[in-house]
Amino acid sequence: MKKLIPRFTGIFLGLLLAGNVLPGGLQQERAVPGGEPPLFLRTARAAPFWEAWTRPPATPLAFEEMYSGASALGLQLSPKLKSLEGRRVSMTGFMAPPLKPTLAFFVLTQVPMSVCPFCSTDAAWPSDIVLVKLSEPVNSLPFDQPIKVAGTLELGTQIDAETGFVSLVRIRADTVAKAE
Amino acid sequence: MKCGFFPALKSHGAKTVAIFIVLTVVTSNLCFALSGPVNSPITVLPIDRAKFLAGQKFDFLVEVKNAAATNIAVTVNGTDAERYFGKKAVAKLDGSIASYRINDVAFMATGALEIAVKAATNDGPAFRSVRYAVVSDAAPKRAKNVILFIGDGMGLQARQMARILAKGITEGKYNDLLEMEKMSNTALITTSGYDSLVTDSANSASAYATGHKSVVNAMGIYADSTADPLDDPKVENIIEIAKRTRGMATGIVSTANITDATPAAMVAHTRRRSELNFIAASMLDASHRPDVILGGGSQQFLPLSTPGSKRKDDRNLIEEFKALGYSFSGTKTELKNTPAGAAKLLGLYHLDNMNVYLDRAMLKDPKVLKGFSDQPTLMDMTSKAIAALSQNPNGFFLMVEGASIDKQLHVLDWQRATYDTIEMDKAIGIAKEFAKKNGDTMIIVVADHAHGASITGTYHELDGKTGREAVRIYAESIFPTFADRDGDGFPDDPNPSVSLAVQFANHPDYNETYKFKQEPTVPAIMADGKAVANPKLQGEFQPGNIPSSDPSEVHAADDIILTAQGPGAEYFNGVMDNTEVFFAMVRALGLDGRRGLK
Repeated sequence: MKKLIPRFTGIFLGLLLAGNVLPGGLQQERAVPGGEPPLFLRTARAAPFWEAWTRPPATPLAFEEMYSGASALGLQLSPKLKSLEGRRVSMTGFMAPPLKPTLAFFVLTQVPMSVCPFCSTDAAWPSDIVLVKLSEPVNSLPFDQPIKVAGTLELGTQIDAETGFVSLVRIRADTVAKAE
Repeated sequence: MKCGFFPALKSHGAKTVAIFIVLTVVTSNLCFALSGPVNSPITVLPIDRAKFLAGQKFDFLVEVKNAAATNIAVTVNGTDAERYFGKKAVAKLDGSIASYRINDVAFMATGALEIAVKAATNDGPAFRSVRYAVVSDAAPKRAKNVILFIGDGMGLQARQMARILAKGITEGKYNDLLEMEKMSNTALITTSGYDSLVTDSANSASAYATGHKSVVNAMGIYADSTADPLDDPKVENIIEIAKRTRGMATGIVSTANITDATPAAMVAHTRRRSELNFIAASMLDASHRPDVILGGGSQQFLPLSTPGSKRKDDRNLIEEFKALGYSFSGTKTELKNTPAGAAKLLGLYHLDNMNVYLDRAMLKDPKVLKGFSDQPTLMDMTSKAIAALSQNPNGFFLMVEGASIDKQLHVLDWQRATYDTIEMDKAIGIAKEFAKKNGDTMIIVVADHAHGASITGTYHELDGKTGREAVRIYAESIFPTFADRDGDGFPDDPNPSVSLAVQFANHPDYNETYKFKQEPTVPAIMADGKAVANPKLQGEFQPGNIPSSDPSEVHAADDIILTAQGPGAEYFNGVMDNTEVFFAMVRALGLDGRRGLK
């Protein structure tokens, strides 16, 4: 009986070792960076706190109000959207999963994203998205609950130098919070 | 007299050894027949058992892993490959990978070929041989035209759902069959690419377009080891061959972005289907520029400066096509007003994918259409395409895709998928009418892969039961009550009192409602890198059974059905590989790849 114990231990260790060596035990490299831990666990702080005292009131802007028309030849920016350029607006939508947690921008969408265009090569962004610029990265907001963004509205095509992401409508955010 | 081997052996021990040897030989033979993936340091592209049309152009590439030197010796049927092709190879050593490449070559003679490769690796000499087949067959009665209908994701069950909804069933017998079911030939098609069991639409459409298998996300190429999605060895596709050898007219029609995988694979060559800017611009290349391009996806054709564009340059491809004599239409009205004599058409009816038939032609909810209220049907596009292409005396090749059958099954919306299957069936009816006139058109209807959708029974709440208790199985599955009172071929109500119970073999986390969704609604959304049930849908929670990284129902490896008619359709019979669709088309047309070669 005494002899059996080391024998079983040997077999057990052997099995453990085999488990590590067998091809089935090898971790496959994942193409989707889904498992990255959030690096920033604090609530979004998009601007220094003292700015809140000097801010003008934000005009609410709905996703449906951004374009007055759409055709195969392009989108027509609505008079309301154009009139708010350079002014403070607020929008409610969903934060799309970010490309990586260190980016100082995220994409605001009308409905929660069912695809992750940053992770998947085939997934495409909807046409009516808003790029939200922050003063520092944020990754602590839920993707499946509406959030409210306020800040200065920017219009015009712009390409992000780091990611190549093309945007047309942007908010330079001073406030990002869960929607009431 | 004793005969045989065993009785001659004297001892028990010898008998046991003999039995052991026989068993070993037998089982090792079995193992050989079912040997796993080839594990050689040498990759030969095109792959082993590739089949070519004589004269079909391709790039030949050998890659050697862990290579000790650049010198790679390649022979074709015993002749040095450079001499065989009459071209110098480019040899390179990139890190530990050595490559040997000869671009733009073709096999001129039909028959079997053996490619033998010798290379030096750090583990010693390596050897690999692959076999190719080269064919150049012509059908006894030739087709002048080929129309290839691809119902994206339209597995057998998707066809049957369309038959139930559009034709109805009375006392167990269908009242009628679909247009796609009333065809002379049927075959079962296998769909895998050369990299994996389950294909995507790029890979499978590429098999139809080139006769060669590829890999997921790729079209018109074999995948090399480099990261560049535009440098992989190419194979010539049907549009290029039809134009080069016979000056035929060619066309692509889809309800998706016209740069989406299926239509793109008829034209382009790239490792990555998401190279949409490249694919759109590639449609202008004279070697494969289709005469008819109709679908969605103008976002890839508009310059960066135009709101709604997804180009990263300032090219206006619509203007470039117009300068080449194309009539452009951006709405159904404009398509209808295109002059009858126009032979070159560019029609883009949405910035993105066109809306599905139910939303664009029946429900017409402005919240869903978002300004795109005048989109043509697949029938409109098919009949205009045929009218334009049939002006070419050399015949035409046309690919028509019912794209959203797939897109809607991905989001578990079988009703929207089925209306789009019916729409494609009506487009097939238009093609059959055209084919009837001259009898010289082959029509093929095929999916590119299946989905995990299955018809469990029917669903109704007439007795107050709801949810899973209202799924009617066996004798309880009374016939559904879809009705087409206005005679347009589509059921008037997608949500009748007795509907189908369609269930999916694979799905993400989602809430099952068992009912038609008035607005398109995705089953799952992404939250913290994981697909979770869309909280907008209230229903019975179904825990996902695929990786949580995917928020959609995914393709199935199930074989698919192909139906065909017209000259050359006799080729389709039994169980066939998806690459055979290409060989059936070139055979029906009698295309000789050697014509027009420089």
